[in-house]
Amino acid sequence: MTRWGMAIDLDRCTGCEACVVACAAENNIQTVGEEQAREGRAMHWLRIERYYEGDFPNVRTRFMPVLCQQCGAAPCEPVCPVYATYHNPEGLNAMVYSRCIGTRFCANNCPYTVRVFNWFDAEFPAPLDSQLNPDVSVRPGGVMEKCTFCVQRIVAGKDEAAQEEREVADGEVKTACQQSCPTKAIAFGDLEDPDSEVSRWAESPRAFSLLGDLDTRPGVVYLSGSEWREPAG
Amino acid sequence: MTTESQRSAAVLDRELLGRLDRRRPGLLVGALASGALALVFFSCWGYQIANGIGVTGLNRPVFWGFYIINFVFWIGISHAGTLISAILRVTNAEWRRPVTRSAEAITLFALAIGGLFPLIHLGRVAIFYYMIPYPNSRMLWPNFRSPLVWDIAAITTYIIGSALYLFLPLIPDAAVMRDRAAAGLKKRFYAVLALGWRGTAQQWHSLEWGIRILAVAIIPVAVSVHTIVSWDFAMTRTPGWKSTIFGPYFVVGAIFSGIAVLMIALALLRRGLGLGRFLTDRVFNNLGLLFVTMSLVWGYFTFAEHLTVWYSGDLSEKLVHHVLLHGDFALPFWTMVVVNLVIPVAVLSFPRGRRPLPTALVGCGVLVGMWLERFLIVVPSLSTPRLAYSIGDYMPSWVELGIMIGAVGVFACLYFTFTRLLPIVSVWEMREGWRHGARGEGEATSGAAPTSATAAAPVPGGGAA
Repeated sequence: MTRWGMAIDLDRCTGCEACVVACAAENNIQTVGEEQAREGRAMHWLRIERYYEGDFPNVRTRFMPVLCQQCGAAPCEPVCPVYATYHNPEGLNAMVYSRCIGTRFCANNCPYTVRVFNWFDAEFPAPLDSQLNPDVSVRPGGVMEKCTFCVQRIVAGKDEAAQEEREVADGEVKTACQQSCPTKAIAFGDLEDPDSEVSRWAESPRAFSLLGDLDTRPGVVYLSGSEWREPAG
Repeated sequence: MTTESQRSAAVLDRELLGRLDRRRPGLLVGALASGALALVFFSCWGYQIANGIGVTGLNRPVFWGFYIINFVFWIGISHAGTLISAILRVTNAEWRRPVTRSAEAITLFALAIGGLFPLIHLGRVAIFYYMIPYPNSRMLWPNFRSPLVWDIAAITTYIIGSALYLFLPLIPDAAVMRDRAAAGLKKRFYAVLALGWRGTAQQWHSLEWGIRILAVAIIPVAVSVHTIVSWDFAMTRTPGWKSTIFGPYFVVGAIFSGIAVLMIALALLRRGLGLGRFLTDRVFNNLGLLFVTMSLVWGYFTFAEHLTVWYSGDLSEKLVHHVLLHGDFALPFWTMVVVNLVIPVAVLSFPRGRRPLPTALVGCGVLVGMWLERFLIVVPSLSTPRLAYSIGDYMPSWVELGIMIGAVGVFACLYFTFTRLLPIVSVWEMREGWRHGARGEGEATSGAAPTSATAAAPVPGGGAA
């Protein structure tokens, strides 16, 4: 059985945000505009968190790409009254957009605050409509959404492998953020396969889970040589 | 003694039933004002449905705001009636008689409004029924693990239960109204409500048993409703919400705010409708004592909740605790403590403070305080999430304010209509109480067979059914 997972090497991340742009283009994410973004309604499925350490001039910036952690024990799932978010057999927290009634309970219960909500209907004025990805549905207003691990690419990869009567090879399915990362800081694949790149990264002594003490069993592993888990001081 | 009883019957008829036939200019003004506010409510909601939930001030991370605060607030107010009236009935407190119906009406109307707020809150209200377990060809069920589904079950049960509980003791009075009304639409309306009541001994017996059973059954329902409302918060992992104390804390807060509304409503009814003969100083004194007790219990829970959080040293919990007590939310927090604890205890501890005007004023303060309490539960927790990068802010939009203020108008509309159509003080229960009083207080409080005594009364029912 597959358990899709991701590993992100923070020591390689330069904070360039190419992944954020790639994600928006791949997944038809609504661009809300300046005014709405100022109100805290930007819809990025993936964000680069910036933390500054030290006093000027000895300042150090740390970058941390945060996306849906695809938790094994996801707090968002049990609270949804209509099963619009549920756990699929391959370890993904799947969203059923047509089922979502917009209670926003899931987003409240997400310790990583990675869920985003369509406050209004999406608008893609021409020529933006011609760059929409035909493999991904455009979500209506009043619906929750979040990172899917590019599930459309996973499905396409599995279809292709099935036609050629073989298993999906490691590295065959690439997420948009992984593909666009200039420093190759992201690995994606099957965590159940001990030989996959993502599993090898996850075995690293530098590996840790974000907010690991909550025991949400994330499918995203971070790698860092510095002391991320130490409280600031 | 017979003349005494006849005289009291005449007084009851004149003051409680005759009142319904008179028109007062003040009522018209009140009806127009509340009607206008109700219009604001529905226009704002319509505007939101047409334009999308984005017309609110909600954002990431504050996904819940005024609608959820008002939902908890109104459901809390609904505990005024049914719970208090049921407890007073079960313990056979004689002074309950003039209070119960006005309290039960508050429950039903507050619930109807409180139940609307989760729907107003939805991103896609048109498909709210996905939360209801209805048969469908795709065999899809709601998620019974979600506290929101428990909410629906609890609130639906409570609405049905409190509607029945208001309706049952209303039947004999509706029969009197039917018999008094001239033939026409009005008579038919009361005839439907009276369910063919004739005042036979058998009917009185059934009615009394029905009320007894409902009074006992409704208490656990009321407690469960607000416990489940609290679990909307307490079942999550959000800092400031995950707390075992929330169930009883919410129930106590609900009863507290419920009594506050009851005190205001009774003072208004006493003054506006001239019901001083029924809503006596004793009623206000007793309710005032109950009121100050709830204030102290509420203060105890608040203290216990914040002490444990502060002592635990959990980082994300302490952050929420900090913004509450010393940070951005310190002003509303300490205002809440003053109006919910300091003022009620200072005023209501003394007999002179337990008179209609001071109790109603304290009640207004407590309403503000309990609204602030719900605000302080919802917003600070959400705006201080675990990952500091997402810390946010929330300011309600005019749509949210319009719906919040308009809801008061909808409530007033319903309540005014009710007091115009039916006696707001239960006539037959007052009569029963006075009859017991004439025979001596001891007999009345022992609850000895009021059935036969009331059944013999000539007025309720009559043969005209």
